[in-house]
Amino acid sequence: MLGLDSKDFKLLLIVAALTMLAPFILNPFPEGSGMAQFNAGYPDLMQRFVIFGIFAIGFNILFGLTGYLSFGHAAFLGVGSYGAMWMMKLFSLNVLPAIAVGIIVSGIFALAVGYVSLRRSGIYFSILTLAFAQMSYALAYSVLTPLTGGETGLQIKSTDNPLLSTIPEGEIGRASLFGLDMRASYEMNAGDWLFTFNAGYYIAALIMLLAFYLSIRIFRSPFGTMLRAVKSNQTRMYYTGLNARPYTLAAFVISGMYAGLAGGLLVAMDTQVGPERMFWTASGEVVLMTILGGAGTLIGPVLGSGVIKYMENILSKINKDILHEWFAFLPDGLEDFIVAIVYPFVGKGWHLTLGLIFMAVVIFLPGGLVQGGQKIARLFRGKKASEDSDEKSTQSTPAE
Amino acid sequence: MEAIILQILNGLDKGSAYALIALGLTLIFGTLGVVNFAHGALFMIGAFCAVTLSRILTLSHTVIDESKTDFLGNPLKVDVPYVYDFFGQATGDAIIDWAVPLSILFAIPVMMLIGVVMERGLIKHFYKRPHADQILVTFGLAIVLQEVIKYFYGANPIPTPAPEAFTGSFDFGAMLGFDPNMIIYPYWRIIYFIFAAIIIGGVFAFLQFTTFGMVVRAGMADRETVKLLGINIDRRFTLMFGLAAAVAGLAGVMYTPINSPNYHMGMDFLVLSFVVVVVGGMGSLPGAVLAGFLLGTLESFASMGAVLEVLPGINQIVIYLVAIIILLTRPRGLMGRKGVMED
Amino acid sequence: MAILEVKNVNKRFGGLQALGDVNLSVEENTVHAIIGPNGAGKSTLLNCLIGKLIPDTGSVMFDGQSVLGRKPYQINQMGISRVFQTPEIFGDLTVLENMMIPIFAKRDGAFRLHAFENTFAEKHVMDQAMQMLEDLNMADKRNFHSASMSRGDKRRLEIGMCLAQEPRLLLLDEPTAGMARADTNNTIDLLKQIKEERDITIAIIEHDMHVVFSLAERITVLAQGTPLVEDTPDKIKGHPKVREAYLGESA
Repeated sequence: MLGLDSKDFKLLLIVAALTMLAPFILNPFPEGSGMAQFNAGYPDLMQRFVIFGIFAIGFNILFGLTGYLSFGHAAFLGVGSYGAMWMMKLFSLNVLPAIAVGIIVSGIFALAVGYVSLRRSGIYFSILTLAFAQMSYALAYSVLTPLTGGETGLQIKSTDNPLLSTIPEGEIGRASLFGLDMRASYEMNAGDWLFTFNAGYYIAALIMLLAFYLSIRIFRSPFGTMLRAVKSNQTRMYYTGLNARPYTLAAFVISGMYAGLAGGLLVAMDTQVGPERMFWTASGEVVLMTILGGAGTLIGPVLGSGVIKYMENILSKINKDILHEWFAFLPDGLEDFIVAIVYPFVGKGWHLTLGLIFMAVVIFLPGGLVQGGQKIARLFRGKKASEDSDEKSTQSTPAE
Repeated sequence: MEAIILQILNGLDKGSAYALIALGLTLIFGTLGVVNFAHGALFMIGAFCAVTLSRILTLSHTVIDESKTDFLGNPLKVDVPYVYDFFGQATGDAIIDWAVPLSILFAIPVMMLIGVVMERGLIKHFYKRPHADQILVTFGLAIVLQEVIKYFYGANPIPTPAPEAFTGSFDFGAMLGFDPNMIIYPYWRIIYFIFAAIIIGGVFAFLQFTTFGMVVRAGMADRETVKLLGINIDRRFTLMFGLAAAVAGLAGVMYTPINSPNYHMGMDFLVLSFVVVVVGGMGSLPGAVLAGFLLGTLESFASMGAVLEVLPGINQIVIYLVAIIILLTRPRGLMGRKGVMED
Repeated sequence: MAILEVKNVNKRFGGLQALGDVNLSVEENTVHAIIGPNGAGKSTLLNCLIGKLIPDTGSVMFDGQSVLGRKPYQINQMGISRVFQTPEIFGDLTVLENMMIPIFAKRDGAFRLHAFENTFAEKHVMDQAMQMLEDLNMADKRNFHSASMSRGDKRRLEIGMCLAQEPRLLLLDEPTAGMARADTNNTIDLLKQIKEERDITIAIIEHDMHVVFSLAERITVLAQGTPLVEDTPDKIKGHPKVREAYLGESA
């Protein structure tokens, strides 16, 4: 189906089902209950799940397939955001042209950065991309203020009057898709539960599905095979009459365009952008997402971005009072002790948990959560699986 | 002329910090072949060693001072640092005042220990893994270390002043015969530079003139051969990791009066230090030092008003720009050996 | 007719004259072996042929065109394929994928952005790859992770990948180095089979005399960077200069 084999198509269907039903799946706890704070089904967070999913899927096309570790990918996200922002300020509040411009601008920028950076590999490549991203950040912060708004960034203001949109004098324009406001939501009450269906989320989710589908096609294409060949053995590549450089450059530009798409969507959902979006920690974050989920696998980056964004928004909300509530069933001394131990890892300390999980993944599970899932699945399949596991290990299993 | 001298001086302290961090980074890369993204965190931990020691020194107990009363007429409670009890008030005050320099003694064993534990506990398992994995795991470690510090010390910068004797500035220009008040330079920055020069000199002398250093240098050149000679190179390399950690830590200790330490200062310096290492040449010790001072000075020249008028914003990007040009035209850096990490 | 013509090639590394006035011509559709003691300059010569090194002076012509100054992948596209001393294959890929890559390369050239087709739906490429694997007796291993195979199998795959490009000249750099006896014999048989079945010129650099004498039709002996003699295997066997070169090494 759709040019995919049955296994990949199933994966696409699962991801489609998960994203379409996300408002239900992410809101398992009734409103007003003690667990309601773990509900992630509000529009703002759901949008971020899929948008950073796109970012990580794109990063994975570069890192997962070719092994080139870019430490400056946030620059493309930022450039895409700025491009989309200007499109909305000047041309139209419709999100589609804005996103398109975001992709194009990032693509061109990635072409320039990639052309230079890909002349080196290994750690030198990482440092070159990092240097370019930090330069972009520094320039956006200072000299390019007329273009980027400097420290305060860009927002849509009441003085903005896009060419194609008619906004009443003095009113602030809203991002829309042919008149459908991105913030429009439909709320559904079912007993104690409250589910929110947000227009912006569904548009972002559909685009994410398209991006995911394209990445499956790229993974399974001869081009994708060539990229894996680049990672595997560049010497053999050159002595097979192939030039690795244009392949890596194409992968770099494609992943830059994915970042631009994500950047454009961020602006479409929340019409503002600042230079901190390009800071190197943002580049580090997409690296974390991809590795955590499983670099080189199809679903890994989506998983990784979901886990990290969930932790960032939910784990960080847990405070001491909540912990005390949870462990209230324990005797007082023990309760305080457990809370004291757990507290550093949640709330403001969620980065610590993230760092520890990330280290554990790199050390024990280089294939990320996907590999972990496979290991557990194998464990459950029991003895029969272990009998033919010898054969399995020599036969390569295609990336999930 | 005055302006040029002033910029060179301004470049020295930042350049010293770059040089010290880059020296440790390149030492680790040269001996162990590991790309250590947690090195900035070691610099940061060093700075917090100074914070910790000054907190320990100011640990106090409350006594009731009968001779003073508060506005209600009750006897006043005052905090008396324990050092007063041990050494008397005058000496105690001096000790507290000199907390930062004293931290050097405190930081050396602590940082050595952290370095050795890090190498034995984590890094050694990554010798045979690809550079990308080393970058990733040390990046994760850097996040963890930084968060631990944040948990204990909070997110705000903690001012940690230099001893009062060094807080002032002196008129460098007048000394050289220029007009007075043209070149004013804080004492502590010149001390930082001298300190860095001593540390760098010490590391080089250690590698150059001791048997231990000779073996390490031989190991840097050809690890396998040295192993075949029956020398336990691994243990020496572990110690080198500890040494590199101590160098980074000392750079951090002494930097605290210049810049109040916060938990993410390591990352801020790390990115630039990597650029310095690459410009100097991966694995080249003199290269790292040279590039550190060069780039530090270059950065301060780029922030001169006259330069900024011609090239606005150049001060923000000059280091990266140099790094990109060097990497593209001379990938082994200024003083790197041919063939190291080149492709 | 000579397909490969090396004329007056010199290469110096600092004070070491690695190659001195090397003249060599390889006739089309022959198996030509280049032998010589360690340090004779065999590998340097080979690297000059495939673009890894550029000689200081002299010319290297392949089929009437100079190879000098071209990049390795361009030289490969002229029709020269190289087998390495340690097998260079795509270790992360399956055997079948390994075999498909040279066929894609032959069809599409140095680069093509074929990002939306399905690799295994390219029937023509797939058929050719399967055919080649069958010729190599490796069809049953097509889904193996290639890095996990034995050295002999890796070598077999590498030779197959080179053949799949249908090169006019196949360069082999000590193809049996570090191999077990059985693997060596397998490789010899494979090369013999290739020689019989295909119109192909093979140039082989080898240490193992057993391999050389079971395959070569012409032999060039290299010593200290200069060709000593060039003749048929029978004549080489008893040649006094050759004995001297080899005995000189062992003494």
